[in-house]
Order: sequence, then structure tokens, then C-alpha cells
Amino acid sequence: MMRLSWFNVVSLTLGFVFLYLPMVILVIFSFNESKLVTVWAGFSTKWYGELLQNEAFLNAAWVTLKVAVMSSTLATALGTMAAYVLVRGGRFFGRTLFSGMIYAPLVMPEVITGLSLLLLFIGIGLDRGVMTIVLAHTTFSMCYVSVVVSSRLVTFDRSLEEAALDLGCSPAEAFRLVTLPIIAPAVISGWLLAFTLSLDDLVIASFTSGPSATTLPIKIFSAVRLGVSPEINALSTLMIGIVTVGVIAASLVSKQSMIRQKREEQQAARAQ
Amino acid sequence: MMRRFALIAVPYLWLLLLFLVPFVIVLKISLSDTALAIPPYTPTLDWAEGLGSFFSQLDFENFIWLTQDDLYWRAYLSSLVIALVSTALTLMIGYPMAYGMARAPEEWRPTLMMLVILPFWTSFLIRVYAWMGILSNEGFLNQFLLWIGVIDTPLTILNTNTAVYIGIVYTYLPFMILPIYAALDRMDGSLIEAAEDLGCSRLSAFWLVTVPLSRNGIIAGCFLVFIPALGEFVIPSLLGGSGTLMIGKVLWEEFFSNRDWPVASAVAVVLLLILVVPIVLFQRNQQKQSEAET
Repeated sequence: MMRLSWFNVVSLTLGFVFLYLPMVILVIFSFNESKLVTVWAGFSTKWYGELLQNEAFLNAAWVTLKVAVMSSTLATALGTMAAYVLVRGGRFFGRTLFSGMIYAPLVMPEVITGLSLLLLFIGIGLDRGVMTIVLAHTTFSMCYVSVVVSSRLVTFDRSLEEAALDLGCSPAEAFRLVTLPIIAPAVISGWLLAFTLSLDDLVIASFTSGPSATTLPIKIFSAVRLGVSPEINALSTLMIGIVTVGVIAASLVSKQSMIRQKREEQQAARAQ
Repeated sequence: MMRRFALIAVPYLWLLLLFLVPFVIVLKISLSDTALAIPPYTPTLDWAEGLGSFFSQLDFENFIWLTQDDLYWRAYLSSLVIALVSTALTLMIGYPMAYGMARAPEEWRPTLMMLVILPFWTSFLIRVYAWMGILSNEGFLNQFLLWIGVIDTPLTILNTNTAVYIGIVYTYLPFMILPIYAALDRMDGSLIEAAEDLGCSRLSAFWLVTVPLSRNGIIAGCFLVFIPALGEFVIPSLLGGSGTLMIGKVLWEEFFSNRDWPVASAVAVVLLLILVVPIVLFQRNQQKQSEAET
């Protein structure tokens, strides 16, 4: 058993203060009465009220949500397929190119991805709007999904699938009844990852959106360029709150399912 | 058989059409002439004329332009410097944190992990924005420093390169901590005990055993910070000033403000060429690591 030295404690404390203090300040000052964002003038929730009446923000939020749901669902389907092909597909023509195309978007600067997709959309004459953002987001987030899912596929026992096939399942049934339930947690976290990536994206959305579709990050970015505003602080606080609740809930659920799985394994071991 | 074919073909075609083809278009447009038209370049993609004319239309004017205007050189160079320095700073802050996490009691570790991952799930834009209120002249940092009496006039931090460094270190810190923590967590604690039994001081055991064994985590973390930092756009445009030159920002402005698409494409092609080296090195490191595990 190793002990924490004072150095460990200090570096952890300072590190987490550095990570969280800016967000704490942001949250506190979203409840500031004054329009001046750095001077405290008393508690108020008026900026939240103004935010809820700001139609431009609400519209942008709705567009963003639509794009995120569509693109993350598409990306999860495509990414899971890609992961399955890469891990279980064996050899096929152009496999190296395929795996290259799966990993490249993960390290590609967003400005380049955005620019290249825009030039494609213009080249084939596709009107820019919600559809083009969905296509763009699906393309880069399917790669993240495929990485998450394939790391789960690699570790799981192939003989389970083989047993299902031996017992008369068709490959599709084996996938649905055996493989999918086992990789489900990875598929779900892949979907969540794709969803947040899409919610968060400014650069690629800016390139691929048209005047008809403004997403929340685009809206926030253009507002923030002019300086700090209490309304944006309120919006940020809402977003931070939603994410925090979501992440904590997800980790509790996964912890519980892990405990359940362990218990089942123990029972199975005892039954033998 | 048909099903297997479809399973491979669907994601394959998707990536070909929406990842590879767009790059070919960028390459092609970077080799075209600028024109005052919509779309603002000529010629458009004219595959019908055949490969012969495709190649005869290419000209390297835009790339020559990049070498002549020293704006681009300085932007590439200063992006490299900013990315390198901020990677080093992130390592200096991230390593002690990862080390502390790996030495923390077992039951704390999931919570500490979650505390590191949580900021990653919150909006990148918002985390950068949070620093605007802190670093400005009337911001919290200046108010605090004035209050404790370290300075008597506010420091100008926002809209300088210093703010860009802070922004990059802040937003990419989790990417540095996680791979290093993973490497340290896998390490066998008895190795340290053995080193100490054999007469190493704690500090030399750290440098001779712990650091070399976490090497792969350090390399992975550095690339995960360096690669996105090089093409960063949001941080320099919100926290940087007019003096902050970064290539992602130059590309954006070339495209949206100057509407010079061929030059923007040429900037993208050169940025990609610069990134090939670190990306290949990163992939090789990851491959070595996964081979070592199996």
C-alpha cells in the first residue's frame, strides 16, 4: 500500500482547483444582479429569465439538439458496424485504407475537416443546413464510436459467439442475442460521446451550416467574441449543470451494472 | 455473404465519400486559381474533361504564394512553438496529478477519475470562455493580485500569448492525465520497493523506475495535446490577441474573411503535411503499446 506524500496531496489539490475554479466562478456570476460581470451586486436569477425569452438562443438550442440526436444515432450505427468489421471482419480488400480512415478523423484539425466537407457540399451542390451538419458530425463522431466499441469487442470472449452459432443461431441472431447485449454498454457510451461531440462542435458546424441553421455553439461564439456577458454565463451554467447530472447518473448506472455482473458471475461460479 | 459485404460496404463508402473525397477536393482547389466569383475559385471540379486536363490545370501558384508572404511562415512557426510550449506545460502540471491519482487510496480513484473526465464532457467553448472573465484587465485574477498587493496596476493577460497558453493547458489537461494515469496504474508497486531496498533514494527510484515505466503514457499524452493544439482555432481567437498568430486562425480568416478558398486550401494541405510526422509517431507508439499488452 502506497501512501500519499504531501507532494501528491498538494499537486492533486492545486490541479483540481485549476480545473474547477474557472467553472465555479462562471456559475456564481451567472446569478449576479449587475450587468458588469466582474462586480458582485447581489443575487438574482434575472439572466435566466432573459435567456428563456431570447428566441434566437432557443431556436439555436433546438437546432443543436436535433443535429446531435440525428448525428449521434447515425454515427452509433455506422461506428458499431465499422468496429465489428475491423475486429471480426477478417481480411478484405482495402482494409488498411479503411482502418486509416477510421483513425484519421480523430487527429484531424477541425478546421481542415470543416473546410474539406464544405468544399464537398458545394462541389455536389448540396444546400447547407441541418442536413449537412448532420452528415459532417456523423462522419467524425462515427470514428470515436468505432474506437470505443472496438475496444470492447477486442476484450470479449469469442467462444460465446461460436457457441451460439454451434447451437443453431444464424450469424444475425448470434449478433443480436449474444454480441449486442455484451457490447451494449460500449455502444451506449459511444452514442453519448457522439452526442456530446456534436453538441460541442463549433468549427465544423460553422463551415458546414448555412444561414438557415445556426447551432448553439455558433451563436455563443459570436456573442462571446464581443466580451463576457451575464446571459452567456447563465446559459453556460445550465449546460454545465446538465452535463454534470448526466455524467454522475451514467457513472452510477454503470457502477450498479458492474456490481450486478460481478454478483451473477459469483453465483455462476458457485453453481459450478 | 451478402450481409458481410453490406456490413463492410456501408461504413466504407460513407468514409470514402465524406472523408477521403473531400480531401481530394481540398488538394485540387489548393491547386486552382483564385477568382472573384461564387464559388470563388476556378476551375470547378471538371472531371468530365478527363485526367489529362485535370493534371494540366494544376498550378502551384498558391503554394508559392504561401512561401512568399511571410505571414504564413510566421503563423506555422508560431503555432509549432505555442503547441510545443503548451504541451510541455501540460506535462509539468499533468504528470504530478496523474502520479498523485495513481498513489491515492483505491477507493478514491474512481472519484478522482470522474473529476478529471467531467470537464472533458462539458463544452469546450464554455471552458475557454470562462477564462475570458478571469484574465481580463478587470478580471478576477487581476482583482485578486491587486488585493493581495503583488501588483499595483492590472496585468494585461487576456489577448496575449500567455492567455493562449493558459487556455490550451486548461482545456487539454485531461488528455495528458488519463494516459499517464493508465500507465502508472498498471505499474507494479513492488518494483519501487525493490529499487528502494537496493539502496535507491525515493527521488532516484522515481526517476529511474517510475518515469521510464510510464514513458508510453507520457508520449501518448504529449501527442494528444500537441496534435490538436497545433491546429487550434477557438482558443487563439477568444483568448489570443491580434499578435497571436496560429495557423488554424489564419485558415479560418482566409476562408471566411478574405474568401480566398484556394489559399485556405493550400494552408490546410501544408498543415496536414506538418501533422503527418507526429500522427505517424503517435500511431506507432499506440501500436507498440497494444502489442506489449497482448
